Amino acid sequence: MSIRGTKIEIQELTHRYTPKSPVTFNSITLESPPGEALVIIGRSGCGKSTLLHILAGVLQPTEGKVLLDGHQIEKPSPRWVMMFQAPHLFPWMTVAENVGVGLTFGHWSKKEIVERVTEVINLVELQEFVDNNVQDLSGGQQQRVALARSLVMEPELLLLDEPFSALDAFTRASLQHDVRSIARRLGFNIVIVTHDIDEAVIMADRAVIMAGSPGNIVHELDVALPDPRDRHDPEVQKFRGLLMGAFQEAANV
Amino acid sequence: MVGLLRSPTVQQIAWALSGLSILMFLWWIFGNYIAQNPATASFATFGLIPTLEAFPLLIHEGKIQTAVVASSIRLGGGLGIAIAIGVPVGIMVGRSKRFRELSNSPFQLLRMVSPLAWTPLAVFVFTAWDSSIIFLIAMASVWPVIFSTAAGLSKVDPAWFKVARNLGATSMHMVTRIIIPAITFDVLSGIRLALGVAWIVLVPAEYLGVTSGLGYAIEDARETLSYNHLTAMVVTIGIIGYTLDTTLVMLIKRYSWHKGSDEG
Ligand SMILES: Nc1ncnc2c1ncn2[C@@H]1O[C@H](COP(=O)(O)OP(=O)(O)OP(=O)(O)O)[C@@H](O)[C@H]1O
Ligand SMILES: [Mg+2]
Repeated sequence: MSIRGTKIEIQELTHRYTPKSPVTFNSITLESPPGEALVIIGRSGCGKSTLLHILAGVLQPTEGKVLLDGHQIEKPSPRWVMMFQAPHLFPWMTVAENVGVGLTFGHWSKKEIVERVTEVINLVELQEFVDNNVQDLSGGQQQRVALARSLVMEPELLLLDEPFSALDAFTRASLQHDVRSIARRLGFNIVIVTHDIDEAVIMADRAVIMAGSPGNIVHELDVALPDPRDRHDPEVQKFRGLLMGAFQEAANV
Repeated sequence: MVGLLRSPTVQQIAWALSGLSILMFLWWIFGNYIAQNPATASFATFGLIPTLEAFPLLIHEGKIQTAVVASSIRLGGGLGIAIAIGVPVGIMVGRSKRFRELSNSPFQLLRMVSPLAWTPLAVFVFTAWDSSIIFLIAMASVWPVIFSTAAGLSKVDPAWFKVARNLGATSMHMVTRIIIPAITFDVLSGIRLALGVAWIVLVPAEYLGVTSGLGYAIEDARETLSYNHLTAMVVTIGIIGYTLDTTLVMLIKRYSWHKGSDEG
C-alpha cells in the first residue's frame, strides 16, 4: 500500500449550527504536518465532533477554511475518511464485503478490490473472519473491520471520533496500539478526538486541549515519546501527568 | 444409514410427511363415516379415495391446468399491482414523518375493510369481472406490503448513509447498495403476507361472475354435484398455496440479514 500524509491547515474556523444557536467554537487555527498523529482532547460539548465533521467535509464551517496540502475541503472524499464511535457495519455483507465496499463505489476492477481487501484484512489481523457475517464478531473485531474499511481507501487522513470508547480496556489498548503503528508505518495523518487522557498519551505525536464556550485551543503538548508506548512506563506516566494538569487547568478557566 | 436418519433435513421431511399422512388418514376416516351413514351417503365422494381418483381425469381434461392458469393470472396481476404501489408508498411512509402521520389513520381504516366488501364497488367501476377480481386482490394485499416496507425502512440506520457518503457513495449507490439490500427482507415478508391474503380473497372472488379459475371450478363442481372434483380443486388450491408460501419463505431466508431470524 502506498499512503502518504498530508499537511492540514485549519484557518480561523468558526462554527454555529444555526444563525440563532451559540457559537460552537470561535476562530480556531491549527496546523498539522504530514504524517502526524494529532489528538484533540476536550470536555463533552466543547465542539470536538463538530470540528471533526468539518474536517471530514460533511459539515460546512460558518467562517474560515480547512486546507489539505493547500486544497480546501468542501465535501466528503475517500481521501479523508472518518471512523465513528460505533462501527456501523453493513450487516448484510460479510467482513470482506464490508471492507471492500468503498472500493465498489469507485472504479476498481474486481481483481484490484480482492487484492486490496486481502492486504488490509491482513493488516488488521482479521484473516480468519473474511467470510464471516459481521454480526457474529465481537465489538473489537467489528471496529477492526471499520478500520479496515477506512484504510482500504488509502486515505491521506484518518479522522477518528472517540473510536474505541465503546470497547473494553484490553481491546481498546490493542486497537490504540495498532492504529498508531499502522498510521506510522503507512505514513498517513490521523486526527483523533477523545476525552480519554490515556488514549491521548498512547496515540499522539501532539495533543491539543480544547476548552471554553465557545471552544478554542487552550493548550498544546508535543508527546515526544518513543514507540511502542507502555502505559506503565514512567516516561509515559510523566506525559500523562503533564496532560492531566493542563486539562484540569483548562477546565478551571 | 443411521447417520442419514439423524440428518436434520431428513428428520424435517419425515415429520412433514407424517403430519400429511395423519391429515390424509383423518380425511379417509371422515369419508368412510359419511359413506356409512345413510343420511350423508350421497356426499360420499368427498372422501379421500374418490378425490384422488378425480385427479387423473381432471388433469387429462386439462381442467386443473386451465383453472390454475386463469387464477394465476389474476393473482399475479393483483399482487403485482399491490407490490408496485405498496413498495414506493411504504418507502414514503418509512422516510417521511409527515406522510406517515398523515396517512396512518386512513390506511388503518381502509385496511380494516374486508376486501370482499369492495366487490359491489369494484363491479361498478370495472366493467370486466377479471379487472374487478384483480382490483379486489390488489386492495387486499397492498397493506401488508406498505406496512412491511415501512417497517423495514425504519430499521435502516441513518449512520449507514453517513459512512457510505464518506466512502464515496453516490445517491444511486445509496439506493442500490444500502436501501434495497437493507429492506429486501421486510419487503419479501410483506409480500408473503400479501400472498396469503390474496390467495384467500382469490377463491371467493372467483365465485362471482367469471367462468374460469379455481374458485369457479369449485362452484361449478358443486352445481354439477361432482363432489370429488370439488375436493380435488380444494386440494389443488392447498398445494399451490403451500408451494408459493414455501418459495417465499426460502427467498426470505436467502435475503435475511437480521441476526437469529431464520423465518419471516
Ligand atoms: N446538530 C446539531 N445542531 C445544533 N447543535 C448541535 C448539533 N450537534 C451538536 N450541537 C451542539 O454543539 C456543541 C458541540 O457539540 P459536539 O458534538 O461537537 O461536542 P463534543 O465535544 O463532540 O462532545 P462529546 O465529547 O460529548 O462528543 C454542543 O453544545 C452541542 O449541543
Ligand atoms: Mg463528540
